[in-house]
Amino acid sequence: MPLILDIAVTHIAGRGRQTLVAVLGVAVGVGFSIAMAALMQGGQDDFVKQLVDTMPHVDITDEQRTARRQPADEVFSTVSISGLRPRDDRRGIINPTAATAWLESWIPGRFAESLKTQGVIRYSSREVGASIIGVEPERERGVSPIVEDFVKGSFAALNAGGNNVLVGDTMAARLGAGLGDTITAVSSEGLTRDFKIAGLFHTGTTARDEGEAYILLKNAQILSARPNAINEIRIKLDDPNRAPAVAHRAEAELGYKAVAWQEANESILQALVVRNVIMYTVVGAIMLVAGFGIFNIISTITHEKARDIAIMKSLGFPEADMRRLFLLEGLAIGSAGSALGWVLGFSMIYALSQVRFEIAATGQEMTHLPIAWSLLHYIIASAFALGSAAVAGYLPARRAARLNPVDIIRGAT
Amino acid sequence: MSALLETEKLTRILPETVPVTLVKDVTLTVAEKEFVAITGPSGSGKSSLLYLLGLLDHPTAGTIRIGGRDTGPMNERESARTRLSMLGFVFQFHFLLPEFTARENVEIPMRKLGRLARSEMRERAGELLSSLGLGDHLDKRPDQLSGGQRQRVALARSLANDPPLILADEPTGSLDSKSSEQVFAILQKLVHERGKSVIAVTHDLEMAERMDRRIHIVDGSIAEGT
Repeated sequence: MPLILDIAVTHIAGRGRQTLVAVLGVAVGVGFSIAMAALMQGGQDDFVKQLVDTMPHVDITDEQRTARRQPADEVFSTVSISGLRPRDDRRGIINPTAATAWLESWIPGRFAESLKTQGVIRYSSREVGASIIGVEPERERGVSPIVEDFVKGSFAALNAGGNNVLVGDTMAARLGAGLGDTITAVSSEGLTRDFKIAGLFHTGTTARDEGEAYILLKNAQILSARPNAINEIRIKLDDPNRAPAVAHRAEAELGYKAVAWQEANESILQALVVRNVIMYTVVGAIMLVAGFGIFNIISTITHEKARDIAIMKSLGFPEADMRRLFLLEGLAIGSAGSALGWVLGFSMIYALSQVRFEIAATGQEMTHLPIAWSLLHYIIASAFALGSAAVAGYLPARRAARLNPVDIIRGAT
Repeated sequence: MSALLETEKLTRILPETVPVTLVKDVTLTVAEKEFVAITGPSGSGKSSLLYLLGLLDHPTAGTIRIGGRDTGPMNERESARTRLSMLGFVFQFHFLLPEFTARENVEIPMRKLGRLARSEMRERAGELLSSLGLGDHLDKRPDQLSGGQRQRVALARSLANDPPLILADEPTGSLDSKSSEQVFAILQKLVHERGKSVIAVTHDLEMAERMDRRIHIVDGSIAEGT
């Protein structure tokens, strides 16, 4: 063992109880930091995963980010246009066949086109407002998690053709309808059509469960009197992180607004960043407190070992060795605390991962705490610990290095 | 005999509100294989002079040459290196590192210098301690040794890197007469048998008379001897 390390180990081993307290202080700090980071990261990952799973990665709608230029704008540079009375523009994605063919040729994932229209669903004497969504079942299966959310019937029932409709269980309850009942859909154009309920879904999102109805795309086009029209293309990518690039390219090519999931949830993602900042601030504060423990013990050692410092300097140890010695002592405590903290953190995370509980609101789902098992959390917590240990060790080490051996020798004699 | 240590007009003034002169215009030469006593009343500047000679303190003026090399331009690291290889210190109190055994204490300067293999250091430490009558106490810690034994361990440590000059500050000051005599005999042997030079600060005038030369310090200056 190198001499300085040997002396450092001897010093801290000679103060067993205080060293143990300082090591435990760091270990608790590291352990709780790791556990907290795992919980918060786990919660965040779980949240983002649900976000990514339940919504399209890129959503192309028949909207535009900026108003279309008027033909007169193209011809006259100084023209001022006001009081426009445009003709009734039937919205929708123009030339959907070409658009979908183009997307098919390059996007790394799947997509589904749909026609969403607002309408009213009637049954008996009751009626509820609804988003009536026309989909291609085979394509929809690739992009929508609703396929897994059926409590009665199934999404496959839409494939059977005919005038089948899939509605949320809450909507069915409000209408007083059940599986097999025939409801009437009224579109905003005033057209009506009867549909048979072939499935009830429960997504857990109230707005969807009481406000969405799925029918075949063809039926939606008939109901809204817009043959071959679609007004939305939803894309699921193999890698959700590529969504901004795909959205950018699609919007540039098609001219319609294409929103990546990151853009759609920008404020939520910003909130998560803020949450992470708060988390690491708390971790930093915990390690700072642990650092005070280290500072305390190293200061005590340097104070008590002033005579040893004088001896070593008189023997020929330079100041740099003294700095290194007490810095090493701080780092040794930090390292031992980190190692113990890793074990503590892992144990806490394991224990937390075993906790299972029921969500009281639904009373039907058993769930567990979302935990992120990441080596990065261990490394960050240790880096904080070693950083604070280094600072806590360095300050008294610097003071020790500057001690004048003559003062100490004179004081002792 | 060639000069091992030379000083010229060595002065040390403490920069207090009222400056205190510890050492004033000391010019002396110590040759190889010389046993020199520094005597003087309490507060006369004997120990201060020794600390200057040992590069533990910095002179306000004057020069110190050790082995022909001017120590003035040396930086802190070079001074430390010179102490490690050229000088051996013995203080009134043993000043051993309490957590280490006698042998480990002696090994420490060797480990710092790093000239020998670890096994050779261990062997040399054992030999040095045995030559000073501590062969049975190699693995004892300082608190398990008597005052005289501790001082002999400190002597062995000062010899660890085979320095040509030993600086001793009241080496027998805290010992009983029997232990004092033992330590003095060892110092004498170092000079006469091992060819070391020893500069020893002492209050004991009788002991000082038995050394090769005596330098008497009064108020920081040499009053008698050179």
